[in-house]
Parts: sequence; C-alpha cells; structure tokens
Amino acid sequence: MLEAPAIAALTILVLALFVGIEVISKVPPLLHTPLMSGSNAISGITVVGAILAAGSDHGPLATWLGFAAIVFAMLNVVGGFLVTNRMLAMFKPKKPKGDA
Amino acid sequence: MSTTLIQFSYLVAAVLFILGLRNLSSPKTASLGNFMAAVGMLVAIVATLLYQEVVDYPIVIAGIAVGGVLGAVVALRIQMTAMPQMVALLNGFGGVASALVAGAEVTTAVEAGVEPTGIVPVAMVASVLIGSVTLTGSLVAFAKLQELMRGAPIQYPGQQFVNALIALGAIGLCVVLATAPLDLSLFGVLTIVALLLGVLLVIPIGGADMPVVIALLNSYSGLAACATGFVLDNSALVISGSLVGASGLILTKIMCDAMNRSLANVLFGAFGAVSESAVSAGTSEEQGNVTAYTPMDAAVIFSSARSVIVVPGYGMAVAQAQHAVRELTDTLAEHGIEVNFAIHPVAGRMPGHMNVLLAEADVPYEQLIEMDAINPQFPETDVALVLGANDVVNPAALEDEGSPIYGMPVLEVGKAKHVFVIKRSMNPGFAGIQNPLFFKDNTMMIFGDAKKVVIALNEAVRNY
Repeated sequence: MLEAPAIAALTILVLALFVGIEVISKVPPLLHTPLMSGSNAISGITVVGAILAAGSDHGPLATWLGFAAIVFAMLNVVGGFLVTNRMLAMFKPKKPKGDA
Repeated sequence: MSTTLIQFSYLVAAVLFILGLRNLSSPKTASLGNFMAAVGMLVAIVATLLYQEVVDYPIVIAGIAVGGVLGAVVALRIQMTAMPQMVALLNGFGGVASALVAGAEVTTAVEAGVEPTGIVPVAMVASVLIGSVTLTGSLVAFAKLQELMRGAPIQYPGQQFVNALIALGAIGLCVVLATAPLDLSLFGVLTIVALLLGVLLVIPIGGADMPVVIALLNSYSGLAACATGFVLDNSALVISGSLVGASGLILTKIMCDAMNRSLANVLFGAFGAVSESAVSAGTSEEQGNVTAYTPMDAAVIFSSARSVIVVPGYGMAVAQAQHAVRELTDTLAEHGIEVNFAIHPVAGRMPGHMNVLLAEADVPYEQLIEMDAINPQFPETDVALVLGANDVVNPAALEDEGSPIYGMPVLEVGKAKHVFVIKRSMNPGFAGIQNPLFFKDNTMMIFGDAKKVVIALNEAVRNY
C-alpha cells in the first residue's frame, strides 16, 4: 500500500491538474506560444531537485548528474522566461487613431 | 532556514506560478504574469539554496551560472522565426533535467544501499523514461524545424512493429526496475532504450504535424518534473509539473481538434508521407486551369476593395514576410481598406506561431482573429489574401468526403469575393493533398516567394 506522503503528493497532483486545466483553458490562442515557452520555464522547477542532488555530497556520480541537471534546468528557466518576456512585449494593442 | 519555512516558500512559488498562468488569459496582463512566474521561480531557487543538506555551493553556483548565462544568450539572440525550434529545444532540456535528477537519486540510493519504497521507485522509473523520451523526441523535432533533417515523415517497412517492440521493451524494463530499483546498469539500459524510443517516435511525424508534437513534448516535460517531484517528495515539483503537463495536454487536444484527427493518428499515421499513387492521381485528374496573375492585376482589384482578410501560413514564416505584410496592410489601411488577419490554430509549426510573427511585425493583436470568429466574415469580404497557407484553407475539407483532410475545420476563404493565393509553385502542401481552391473562378494565383510578391503588391497598390 502507499504510505501517507505518497497519498498527499497524489492529492496535490490531482488538484493541481484541475487547477491547471481551469487556468490554462482561459488562455486565448493568441498567446499559445508564450504559454508554451512560459510553462516550459515553469517546468524548470526541477532545478530545485537538481540543486539538492548536486549540492548534498552524495558521491561524485550523483553530484555530476545533479550538476548537469542544474545546467539544463537553468537553461530552461532563464531561456524560457526571457524569451516569453520578449514575445509578450511585442503584443501591442491598436494605437489610437491619429497617433501614427 | 528551517525546513518548514522552505516548504512554505515552495507554496508561495506555486501560488505565483498559478497566478502567473492566470494572467496569461489576456495580452494586457500577460507580461505581468510571466514576471510573477519568474519571481516564483526565484523564490523556489533561493529557498532551496538555504536547505541544510546543500553543502557543496561551488558546484551548485557554477551550474546555475552556466545554465543561466547560456539560457540568457539563447533567449536574447534567437530570431522570432526560429521560435518553434527554441520551444522544442527547451522542452527537451526540461525533460532531461528531470531525468538527470531522478538518475542522481537512483545513484544515491544505490551507494547508500537503501532500497526506495512505496511510490518512489515507480516515480524514478517514470521520470527517467519520460525525461529521456522528451529529450531525444525534442531534439528530432528541433532538427526537423531547423531543417537539419528532412521535415517529411521518415518511414521504413515494419516501423510500427519495431516501435511497438521497443516500447514494450521499455515498459518491461520499467516493471523490473520498479520492483528492484537498485540496479544502476539496468537503469542505464532503460535510459538508452528511452532515448532511442524518443527518436523513433518523432521521425515518422511530418512537418505539418509539428504543432501537436511540440505541445505533447511540452506536456511530457511537465510530467517528467511531476514524476521527479514524487521521487523527492517535493510538492513544488508536483504542482508545477502537473500545471505544465495540463497545459501541454490542453494544447495537444486543441491542435488535434483543429485538424480533426485523433492523437493516435497524428503520432502513428505518418500524415504527409506523399504516397506515389496520390501524387499521380492528383496530377492526372482534370481539375481545371490555373491562371497566374501579376501583382499589378491584384492592385486593380485592391483599388475597389473595402475589406481584406489576410490568411497567413507557414509560407509566410519561411519567407520571413511578416514585416512586408505589415507594410502592405499599412498601405491598404491608408487607402481606407479594413484589414484583418485570419489565424488558423495549426497554421505554422507550433501553437500560436502566426500570432507571434505578426506581433513581431507590430500588427496590433486586435487584428489577429481566430478561425471561428472570422469565418462568418468571409462572404462580406472583398479580398482574401492567402499567404503561404494551404491545407488550412482547403475547401476539400468541407466538400470532398474522399479527401484525407475531410472534416478538418478550415478557413472558408473561398466565400470571399476575390481570393489571391501567393504560393511558390503548384506543389501540394505538406499533406500532399491537391487544393481545389486554386482552381476556383474567383481565385487568382500569384506565384513567387511570399516576401517578394508582397513587396511587389505593396508597390503596385501604392502606384496604382
């Protein structure tokens, strides 16, 4: 049988999925690309696990796997948020008439 | 920092992620939303650095610096036209990072000789499998989009059988490892099989189906993070991973619906493999005459038009014509013509591809109109200007029950009074399906590179 922490995590998983579906259904197709790059950056949260793996002195193999994970995850985080920011800055409303 | 406080920071981060995604519901608040999510990430990273277990700071900081700088350089330099490749690559990196973390946990458990229990070994296996498939699948998608390899499906006899065999092998390894996880070499084998599987699953998928693949890999990268969350019993990873997983799945479903195809058909149907019979049938069939027109002819019609709808497709992205298009629409607006853009959900190579390109060219987002909203407007429109789009405007999807794309929702451009189609040649699109739109009486074909033709059109309209 599953122990209590696993049940708790499973509960969080299911609830988060529902929240995700609710929230993301409201994103218009206009912003689907920034949604993908931005959510991609969020999946870089795995950097949290990578830091623990690399920094906890669990032997050289774990340290180096963790190091590689930090690099990839940070690429994801920084690259993802920055490129999303660049894209979103381009989405502008129509200028008021006579402003051009 | 106490563990409780760190856990609390993760909760704060998760809330910021959710609020950030919620702000993506409008272009007005989207930048703020992205900023909130980034702050959430910063909170989570700083909190983790303060964990008591983290003792080896130099290597952690070095990793953060290397990844952060590389990410910043790529993100600031990348061209907007290369965005599909960029997203594909980021998906892959997210996946491999999660798999590596799970791998590190496996080695730690092996060295300590402590058998993980409960759901942990299952999560370890899932993370390694999903993360590795995501990595190589994304790299193949990247190579196809970057045109490092052919975009057309790569097929060989018995492909489905081979894939099924390897997938079964991977699942078998997973079952063994989930019950006896302290086997480093077997994890190595699983990793190799999963990496191979990622390649084999994506090579038979054609370029036009890339929006589905990218959305699906997006979802995988989230699910891998989620699985790693179970390995570490870390709620931040579980919540964020499932948010991203849900996001990718929703986009996948939207893309599939927009093509009227099931996910299985996209993944295994090798759509866009131009079969010999289809090509010969298409050319021998009498479909009528196509007349090539010049930009001058089009300018004559534009001069009496009051409304124009531009329908962009992948051809606009390839020719990098978005800026030229904006200039043309500016000229049309100066002549008092109302201009809008009709955006099909699967136009281009990723969800939202056309919107990003046109936003880059300073087209206001109010002019970018979704398919369902703009379809009723075509009958009242004087000119529909189809720019490098093909399958998404194919009337066969509505009329020809024998067509492979029958039932796919399309932009009904044929209902406009005049249709201009700018196209490089009469070659059928990626799906290899002939387009009856080109033979309609109200259709004028203008052959050439999209950018050059649009510039010539602009000149012609200005000088008319």
